[in-house]
Amino acid sequence: MLPIKSKWLALLGALSALGAASASAQMLINGAGATFPFPIYSKWFNEYTKVDPSVRFNYQSIGSGGGQKQILSETVDFGASDGPMSDDNLAKAPRTLWHFPTVAGADVITYNIPGDAKLKIDGPTIAGIFLGKIVKWNDPAIAGQNPDTKLPDADIVVVHRSDGSGTTYIFTDYLSHVSPEWKEKVGKGTSVSWPSGIGGKGNEGVSGQVKQVPGSIGYVELVYAKQNKLPYADVKNSSGNYITPSIESVTEALATAEIPDDFRFSMVNPPGAQAYPISGTTWLLVYAEQKDHAKGEKLVQFLKWAYSAGEKLAPGLDYAPLPDALVKRALEKVQAIKY
Amino acid sequence: MPSTTQALPAPGSRGPDIAFKWVAVLAAAMIVVLIVLVGWQLYYGSRLSLAKYGVGFLWSSEWDPVADKYGALPFIFGTLVSSLIALLIAVPLGVATALFLTELAPIRVRQPIIMAIEMLAAVPSVIFGLWGIFVLIPWLRDHLFIWLKRYLGFLPLFQGPIYGVSMLAAGIIIAIMILPIITSISREILRSVPNLQREAAYALGATRWEVLKIAVLSYARRGLFGAAILGLGRAMGETMAVTMVIGNRPQISASLFAPGYTLASVVANEFTEATTELYLSSLFEIGLVLLAVAILVNVAAQVLLKSMTGSGPIKVN
Repeated sequence: MLPIKSKWLALLGALSALGAASASAQMLINGAGATFPFPIYSKWFNEYTKVDPSVRFNYQSIGSGGGQKQILSETVDFGASDGPMSDDNLAKAPRTLWHFPTVAGADVITYNIPGDAKLKIDGPTIAGIFLGKIVKWNDPAIAGQNPDTKLPDADIVVVHRSDGSGTTYIFTDYLSHVSPEWKEKVGKGTSVSWPSGIGGKGNEGVSGQVKQVPGSIGYVELVYAKQNKLPYADVKNSSGNYITPSIESVTEALATAEIPDDFRFSMVNPPGAQAYPISGTTWLLVYAEQKDHAKGEKLVQFLKWAYSAGEKLAPGLDYAPLPDALVKRALEKVQAIKY
Repeated sequence: MPSTTQALPAPGSRGPDIAFKWVAVLAAAMIVVLIVLVGWQLYYGSRLSLAKYGVGFLWSSEWDPVADKYGALPFIFGTLVSSLIALLIAVPLGVATALFLTELAPIRVRQPIIMAIEMLAAVPSVIFGLWGIFVLIPWLRDHLFIWLKRYLGFLPLFQGPIYGVSMLAAGIIIAIMILPIITSISREILRSVPNLQREAAYALGATRWEVLKIAVLSYARRGLFGAAILGLGRAMGETMAVTMVIGNRPQISASLFAPGYTLASVVANEFTEATTELYLSSLFEIGLVLLAVAILVNVAAQVLLKSMTGSGPIKVN
């Protein structure tokens, strides 16, 4: 009996070895992290298999925290994050770890007030509402900016994200820029200690609450608001113009934001006259020196493709592509990756 | 190798008996090992937070990821209160349904109702959550909550602004979700009440209600209590649907209309984006606290169960 069993085992072993061998003919590059750019990354990886069939990308959108952790422990070949890594976390990297901005997105202010009113709002007012200081829709701070709109004498119900997210990071980053009080009391992060309001899980949770609760206000991703036809406000930028969030006004924000050489930047409230102020980018995290020569080569080739052909796919999925000047700078850095 | 050959059954030997015994022992041991491993992993993950906050973690109300300060009290409160509301609603409803199904309902309608209840158990959590947001909560906000506020508004429980999403809404959603398990177990318990009990009561001239009260319910109450405890275990662990309707605000409020937060929800919400070590460690500790609360509640229930008198089917959990 036993010899037969062991023969079977041997056969099984041989089969599985064969499977492993045939799989390794196509190189697998693993990545993990941010959820916000997941649709565009999936599209990229899918398209890229047509460009280079010898490589396959496997991307797990487990969240920015997980992405940073995994690239630090080198269990993936690249990471992805919706917020730049903190100095503390970056110091934990075994080798130099670089940030590569890929696409940008925006947060829009969505609301539920009677009538199809188009709201105009500025940063300090948004901060006041989310701090729980402006509590009525007909507060002079809001009414003063919307003289043509009849605002109800109703309570404002604040809705924010309950799950940690890049969307919240961008939003609180913006509020920290425009309101010293927000910066001091709350600060910025993927999750914060909210002074007021109720939490909804995900974009769908927030927009669900906003749709359901009369008098509510919340923030969601531009992509999500467009696809679900939610109302959203024009926001006053630092040049004093009220800007409708759109792919163009986000790319404009990127073009006028000040971007340091390590690409860890915040693009909220940029100086551009037509720039939408509540926007942010998302990053790929790649080691400057690749351990595996073959993988490193393929990864660099992919990044070059992403910054040329890939960026052109972004608007189709409602992401803002990077402006040409930034693409050029990013490509220079891609060239500098050693493998 | 030699041990497996020994265990191989020779025809007519006690081999199968012994093999079965060991398979059963192994299966039972696996559960214990699993619990211990989960507990150990949670403890291991939360070392940093345990070292920094000690027991203070349990009664600190601050949860501020930006300032890197963490405390579990509002979440413990939310878990206990929402589960309690759920039990208060689901136990009477579940036991009454079980009574109807075993004692009162005509045989023809029993099976369809049982199937409907079992189908309720098969609905995924997230569906309950979505239904909660789009159907239940608007109704609660516009009708039930208004009514409660008007007639019971003198109680602190029903004061303050009404958002819809709230501790009470979460309790109601959990109640619906644990109803199937409580009903099914109660039904089995009631079915195991010997007919002799009922006949004896009838023989004494009891009415139907008296029979149910004296012969059935009091005989089965320990078992029914066990059913409630199993339901409670489920209630404390419910995550997805609760997160969608509770409002996710870490606060302790006397009002059931106010939003709350539970232990399971905060882990589900914040685990993926937690970037600092202490933040992640605190989330692990929240998991550890949830495990501890669940064990404590079960132990307390066992103690209560021991102190209860009554014969009947005892061991449910």
